[in-house]
Amino acid sequence: MNPRVIRVAVNAALVVVSALVLFPLLWMLSVSFMQQGESSAFPPPLLPAHATFDNYRQLFERAGMGRYLANSLAIAGALTVLSLAFNLSAGYAFAKLQFAGRERLFQTLLGALLIPAQVAMIPLFVIMKWLHLVNSYGGVIVPGLAGVFGIYLVRQYAQTIPDELLEAARIDGAGEWRIFLRIVLPLLKPIVVTLAIFTFLASWNDFMWPLIVLSDQAWQTAPVALAGLSREHVQDNELMMAGSMVTILPVLALFLVLQRHYLQGLLLGSVKG
Amino acid sequence: MTTSRAAWTFVTPALLVIGAFFALPVLAAFALSLTDFDLYALADLKNLRFIGFGNYLDVLHAPLFWKSLLNTVYFVAVGVPLSMAASLGAALLLNSPLARFKGLFRTALFAPVVTTVVAVALIWRYLFHTKYGLINYALVHLGIEPIDWLGDPHFSMPAIIVFAVWKNFGYNMIILIAGLQGIPQELYEAARIDGANAWHQFRHITFPSLRPVLLLVAIITVAGYFQLFAEPYVMTRGDPLQSTYSVLYYMYEEGFTWWSLGRASAIAFLLFALMLIVTRALLWLMRRRGEAA
Repeated sequence: MNPRVIRVAVNAALVVVSALVLFPLLWMLSVSFMQQGESSAFPPPLLPAHATFDNYRQLFERAGMGRYLANSLAIAGALTVLSLAFNLSAGYAFAKLQFAGRERLFQTLLGALLIPAQVAMIPLFVIMKWLHLVNSYGGVIVPGLAGVFGIYLVRQYAQTIPDELLEAARIDGAGEWRIFLRIVLPLLKPIVVTLAIFTFLASWNDFMWPLIVLSDQAWQTAPVALAGLSREHVQDNELMMAGSMVTILPVLALFLVLQRHYLQGLLLGSVKG
Repeated sequence: MTTSRAAWTFVTPALLVIGAFFALPVLAAFALSLTDFDLYALADLKNLRFIGFGNYLDVLHAPLFWKSLLNTVYFVAVGVPLSMAASLGAALLLNSPLARFKGLFRTALFAPVVTTVVAVALIWRYLFHTKYGLINYALVHLGIEPIDWLGDPHFSMPAIIVFAVWKNFGYNMIILIAGLQGIPQELYEAARIDGANAWHQFRHITFPSLRPVLLLVAIITVAGYFQLFAEPYVMTRGDPLQSTYSVLYYMYEEGFTWWSLGRASAIAFLLFALMLIVTRALLWLMRRRGEAA
């Protein structure tokens, strides 16, 4: 076959597939600017006849979306910062500090990755009830403070730190926490960024656990509230698309800015080493 | 000595969290599954009764459990191969030396992965609308009668599978691209000198070299797809005729609509057992075939 034909075919296929994949997202954007009821027509319109911000206005003024987005931001933000502290220190210790039973403990933790989170959810709800954390930010934040995946990711990366560097600091009389904060953390910077964006995105997009633990509307995150709204406003397509838009936009923007770090983490996390 | 003590101060906070909010609940879930834990027990533990494997027997005798299990297996059995085929196809295209603007295309194809399931499920719910949906509009142009995607029990699960493939294929695509890049170029050069065409190169070099990565990807995807929940929750509420009712949906309804927390725990364990068996079997099957080849 003619190599030029193949070149054109490969690139054409990429253009068509990308267009198909992006289409639902672009269509959501377009419908979110349509007048109420405008998209319920045949043939379905691709662009709004008269673009309007009404849906967004309604979403924030009547449906209280601002509150839900603030809840999401507070939970995802707090979870990202706090879980970094837990996972970074543990991951570093599993990679670089000697202690009895280290390998066995780590293997046990990895084994826990096999257990789906949903197995723990029902007793976790009971525990959260006893701790009075149901319907509070804490109900989502506290169980997510540390995670096996995060520890694993940090450990993988921290193993590349040369031991000589740490030994030299010890000989100079630096304490272990001082070494961690002054020498190790700066070296772990790339994985800090990666883990931060991973945690933020996962927490923002999480659905089942927040749905269970945040039944009171006042505390609901954007995805949980959106699911609830969609059950009330089944016909209100334009409003729902505006709701989807504001829910997706923050994570999509974050990904576009930091995608190099995100994709690196994805590979580091899935390739066994 | 001091290093070891310091090490424990580094790992203990994380271990306490994982122990208290994951390990303990998992063990407690098994204990709960042997009791009739309900709303009364939630108020006062004195109302709790041990009932042995009663919950498991109840669940195994419930037609809805088998229905939800069948639906979930359908979703996994059809959805995983389709997702992997889409991921592999996209990875091959993106890895082609002939492809241009690779970064741009990669971002476009990966974008659905980072979106929020609930939000994009709402988009697809409308794309699948019988009267006004763009998918039926396109089908009518191809001369196909409109399909009641989310209202016809024959088409509801296929619709959810199409949505799931769109949402998830980009993830495995990235892993497969890395796998493809790890294949030594000399193998292809040698094959070309021997006169192998593109298909032969794929069959005898690309596919065998990629086998370990494909296995890893298959297991991750199978485990993920067994946890089907948000898609039917938003798109169909498990309907029509419970054709999209998944095992986790069943667990959620039993646990948090009917407050049968004991029975819901039993459902969670049954799903976990099934996932373990299937992923183990997959591992065993692939290894055996790998040795035979």
